[in-house]
Amino acid sequence: MTSELDIFVGNTTLIDEDVYRLWLDGYSVSDAVALRVRSGILEQTGATAAVLQSDTMDHYRTFHMLERLLHAPPKLLHQLIFQIPPSRQALLIERYYAFDEAFVREVLGKKLSKGTKKDLDDISTKTGITLKSCRRQFDNFKRVFKVVEEMRGSLVDNIQQHFLLSDRLARDYAAIVFFANNRFETGKKKLQYLSFGDFAFCAELMIQNWTLGAVGEAPTDPDSQVDDMDMDLDKEFLQDLKELKVLVADKDLLDLHKSLVCTALRGKLGVFSEMEANFKNLSRGLVNVAAKLTHNKDVRDLFVDLVEKTPLQTPGPRKWLPRAPTVGVSLKAGREYLPT
Amino acid sequence: MPGKLKVKIVAGRHLPVMDRASDLTDAFVEVKFGNTTFKTDVYLKSLNPQWNSEWFKFEVDDEDLQDEPLQITVLDHDTYSANDAIGKVYIDIDPLLYSEAATVISGWFPIYDTIHGIRGEINVVVKVDLFNDLNRFRQSSCGVKFFCTTSIPKCYRAVIIHGFVEELVVNEDPEYQWIDRIRTPRASNEARQRLISLMSGELQRKIGLKVLEMRGNAVVGYLQCFDLEGESGLVVRAIGTACTLDKLSSPAAFLPACNSPSKEMKEIPFNEDPNPNTHSSGPSTPLKNQTYSFSPSKSYSRQSSSSDTDLSLTPKTGMGSGSAGKEGGPFKALLRQQTQSALEQREFPFFTLTAFPPGFLVHVGGVVSARSVKLLDRIHNPAFVGIMGNTRSYKLLDWNSFNSDEPETRDAWWAEIRQEIKSHAKALGCHAVVGYSESTSICEEVCILSASGTAAVLNPRFLQDGTVEGCLEQRLEENLPAGCGFCHIPYDELNMPFPAHLTYCNNCRKQKVPDVLFTTIDLPVDATVIGKGCLIQARLCRLKKKAQAEANATAISNLLPFMEYEVHTQLMNKLKLKAMNALFGLRIQITVGENMLMGLASATGVYLAALPTPGGIQIAGKTPNDGSYEQHISHMQKKINDTIAKNKELYEINPPEISEEIIGSPIPEPRQRSRLLRSQSESSDEVTELDLSHGKKDAFVLEIDDTDAMEDVHSLLTDVPPPSGFYSCNTEIMPGINNWTSEIQMFTSVRVIRLSSLNLTNQALNKNFNDLCENLLKSLYFKLRSMIPCCLCHVNFTVSLPEDELIQVTVTAVAITFDKNQALQTTKTHAEKLLQRASTDNEELLQFPLELCSDSLPSHPFPPAKEHLESASSNSGIPAAQRAVTVEKASPMGEGNFRNRSAPPCANSTVGVVKMTPLSFIPGAKITKYLGIINMFFIRETTSLREEGGVSGFLHAFIAEVFAMVRAHVAALGGNAVVSYIMKQCVFMENPNKNQAQCLINVSGDAVVFVRESELEVVSTPQPAASCQPSCTGGEVTT
Repeated sequence: MTSELDIFVGNTTLIDEDVYRLWLDGYSVSDAVALRVRSGILEQTGATAAVLQSDTMDHYRTFHMLERLLHAPPKLLHQLIFQIPPSRQALLIERYYAFDEAFVREVLGKKLSKGTKKDLDDISTKTGITLKSCRRQFDNFKRVFKVVEEMRGSLVDNIQQHFLLSDRLARDYAAIVFFANNRFETGKKKLQYLSFGDFAFCAELMIQNWTLGAVGEAPTDPDSQVDDMDMDLDKEFLQDLKELKVLVADKDLLDLHKSLVCTALRGKLGVFSEMEANFKNLSRGLVNVAAKLTHNKDVRDLFVDLVEKTPLQTPGPRKWLPRAPTVGVSLKAGREYLPT
Repeated sequence: MPGKLKVKIVAGRHLPVMDRASDLTDAFVEVKFGNTTFKTDVYLKSLNPQWNSEWFKFEVDDEDLQDEPLQITVLDHDTYSANDAIGKVYIDIDPLLYSEAATVISGWFPIYDTIHGIRGEINVVVKVDLFNDLNRFRQSSCGVKFFCTTSIPKCYRAVIIHGFVEELVVNEDPEYQWIDRIRTPRASNEARQRLISLMSGELQRKIGLKVLEMRGNAVVGYLQCFDLEGESGLVVRAIGTACTLDKLSSPAAFLPACNSPSKEMKEIPFNEDPNPNTHSSGPSTPLKNQTYSFSPSKSYSRQSSSSDTDLSLTPKTGMGSGSAGKEGGPFKALLRQQTQSALEQREFPFFTLTAFPPGFLVHVGGVVSARSVKLLDRIHNPAFVGIMGNTRSYKLLDWNSFNSDEPETRDAWWAEIRQEIKSHAKALGCHAVVGYSESTSICEEVCILSASGTAAVLNPRFLQDGTVEGCLEQRLEENLPAGCGFCHIPYDELNMPFPAHLTYCNNCRKQKVPDVLFTTIDLPVDATVIGKGCLIQARLCRLKKKAQAEANATAISNLLPFMEYEVHTQLMNKLKLKAMNALFGLRIQITVGENMLMGLASATGVYLAALPTPGGIQIAGKTPNDGSYEQHISHMQKKINDTIAKNKELYEINPPEISEEIIGSPIPEPRQRSRLLRSQSESSDEVTELDLSHGKKDAFVLEIDDTDAMEDVHSLLTDVPPPSGFYSCNTEIMPGINNWTSEIQMFTSVRVIRLSSLNLTNQALNKNFNDLCENLLKSLYFKLRSMIPCCLCHVNFTVSLPEDELIQVTVTAVAITFDKNQALQTTKTHAEKLLQRASTDNEELLQFPLELCSDSLPSHPFPPAKEHLESASSNSGIPAAQRAVTVEKASPMGEGNFRNRSAPPCANSTVGVVKMTPLSFIPGAKITKYLGIINMFFIRETTSLREEGGVSGFLHAFIAEVFAMVRAHVAALGGNAVVSYIMKQCVFMENPNKNQAQCLINVSGDAVVFVRESELEVVSTPQPAASCQPSCTGGEVTT
């Protein structure tokens, strides 16, 4: 006796969160069944392995059918085939677009191209994430990138509108897209201590302060081909950064800068005194990095340079200069103190 | 020219890419009704076209309106080659033809293609302007309402229940026409879908005419079926119960209806010649008072009945004890005559209803069924048979002319079976059959026709052309002995039609009752039940030699009685094992295959308080001298006894405890009390004690004389009870559970197994089949575990044998959650009933304010998020009409105001939720409007089975699509639920070698609007007692 056909269709589509997780993680049906057995579900429910197998198959089939819709989440909301309560729809979308920290650190800043996709099996081996799951995450990045690439307006808003992600996840994707677009190098060993969250934080600040959108007004020339205001760095601004050299060269300006920065940061920074003591070195490092940003190569190496060529990375500094916030502060500072 | 159909094509969305070069589609729409076709403009290069067409107007006869479906075809325009079809939408416009139902069909319909499935959606608005036609000889029956629900629909009142209506139409199956050899599968499927749609329309119209002839205005319990007879044709047949229904729109409309029959006249068009026989509203008022003088002793005149050999419907059996007495002396005789005449006038006193207005059902006799085996090739016209062979192309002849006399053959077959049912019922001393249904099973040219129902004695009040006083009903009910009347035997004790142990009713102690009761109806609301019910199934397979034509039919006929007997025995054993004494909703399905017959009986077992405690099961060995054998027997016996004890605990069958709980029930009479004492003394040795007591009385003895019997006993014990927190039944409501919460989940599950052809013995088959069903149930329990505590209601198993070694089981049911804590407090049916009544009264008062409220909803602006999304999905702005549509869809759901307040931000989906349930009600909600019947037939075919995920992927997607199309139609009618949903057919054929599969699905149900009870309260609180006044006046305006 073999089961030729075995299906279950509910008027409300049943979504088992645990099975969804296993499916997203890229497990095959048999692996998923084995994992579920190990979770003790059989004992809890008194079901048999055959029941579990049939149930898992059924859910996998449903997810497979839903996947097409998940590629364009608004479709999931408007489609009529699967009746899914809104809260569940949100869960499906959110989980589908969720990504692994380990994976994102591997591809952050890389070009989302076929070439990178070919390296996914290496990433899979390295991170222990199944190849299937890596592919899904990579494809998600790429899909979001493609959709919002040519769009005007706020990056986060665009992502949120077209993929119906939560605010947090949309911000993360904005960071991923931003990094992929500007191809910032993040994979160097020296940068390994930085988490995705650190980079996302930087990305957000850079989007707010360094991009064309951040100038605060639309390009004066309506015919200009500047579509992706939030994704490309403001070239003029980068050019202008060269001017910052005066902050190091001119003693008066250096002191003024120091006092302004210290006033602004007093009480807000755990390592304030160290910062104050080292201000000159710090400032010089940052200004030197900033002044070079006119070359694409140097832009890509921004984070490497920040870590290598500023005292952020001098012996022992990790304890007093924690990670992203300070980098962020310096990034933010850029525009504020730009001589006009 | 009495009707104008108006159609507007608004927009499309999510269309498939038809032009690979541009990744876009140039779509246009053809709108066809009858022989008239209109086209929209081509909307270039878009997957979300906005046609926003003019109104296409069709001027048609109402006859056509009833028969024809509106056919909408979406095509891709191609300048150089033929236009490619994207898909179609068939819209049944019947719901627009009667005033109380929907007024407009408007919404997003999935565009369906029989090869590709759903391909995008189209927004359509359909309206009908009907002109009044007073022509008496008209062929249409517009205005007759149809309900699939097998009880009086919730917002109606039955004025008269007229009785059985049936009709069938026959046509040639397009799939077997000569032309099918040269046309594409798509064309063939579409021809079939269209034909069936046409035939169902015609059938419904013809039934409607019969109803009008009977002076009814509605058909309740409408069941339409298709027989795919292959080469010999396609039969569409339907049965139903004609009624005159009165809408309970508001209390204002309800009360006058009691007093003035004139009001009703308006509603029933043919009332101009009043029936002289009527004992109508004249004496009704005095009767009301007499109700109180009811004395049960009066009713026993029935006992002095004559024998059952008297074939005419005898008055004494015709009249029920309880109801006769209460009407009082002088009217008794008159009423009797009326019952008799009312029923005798009918050819078949059958009722497809399974639940009845209080007081309608007087006595229940038992299940009656009839089967007959027919050869299909016989039905052909002799002239036709000659050319049947290989030269099918001769059918170029107008095949309609052949078919013209075919319905008569089928009619004769069914008439024969119905006659048999009728005589069975008479033998049981009953004048009517309730819970009646018909079915067929076809394999090649052999067809088994089956009919079954429950013999019953009915109260004549509902069968007469007279007013039934709602107020009277309620009082009567309270005077009846608490829900045991229907158990009392209708037949003569001295002249019993079959051997049965009769005892005095445990409830009233005055009438005789049988030891077990089998019925096909739902448990009456007023029945006193102890504990909970459970699903009981008998499963059986019998091998049969492959044979041709007559030899085959003979072989099947010979096997049938044995199957029936075995199924019955299995049911009886399982019932005893569950310690229960009655079966409700019994449905025995016999399926014929090439080399086997399958029997599957499903029913809901309950313990009726009125019936005696069931005896245990005793096993008797035939070889007493063998010691080890005896040991084995006693071991089995112990196992059985343990199971019985366990089941008693599981289903809370604990008669004395419950009876104490019954508030206001009389003190248990001596015998009852003794029973009570006995069972209280039961402790560890309970089992043996039980055995002894029942061994003497009526214990069921199973003789084990060979291995077969042993197997049978084993199989009895293999049925695993559902996991804790789960209950299951195949009736509308689960006996013993009444505190449903609002979560429901309807589902369909299909399994097909392939038998290994090596060891095909009856036993192996039985085991395979049994495992299949048990595993399926287990899977369901597992899948729905998150709903615990919950009950699977209306579990409907269908077995088919698509091929030699394949068994297909299809299950449709609904899981409903209930509140476990409350259950302990309110197991009492009586109090619950009072509560129900009170609450319905309230609801009726509240209904109107709510309607007011929902009417005003469209004026509210959309929540901004929603608007935003919508504009995001469609390129240009939303046309006004479309906007109106979405508002209308949302408003009946009551989602407009109350929900958005608390809803999470993600709740901005534009797709309204449509509930589906096989039940006639929605727990925690009130049905405020019936929008019309949904009856849909779909074919899906694939030539890329592997690519679509194999057979499972294919069928899974198809069923999901069918659900989606049903929901879309309901939403377009303005509804938010389908009740009495049933998947009548799911015919699946595969050919994996050719990578092909085909499936036909037929579903039906009633589209309704429901309102959550909690929302009713929300509406009522801001406007307290004052709201009553406007609601009453408002109600009058609407009627």
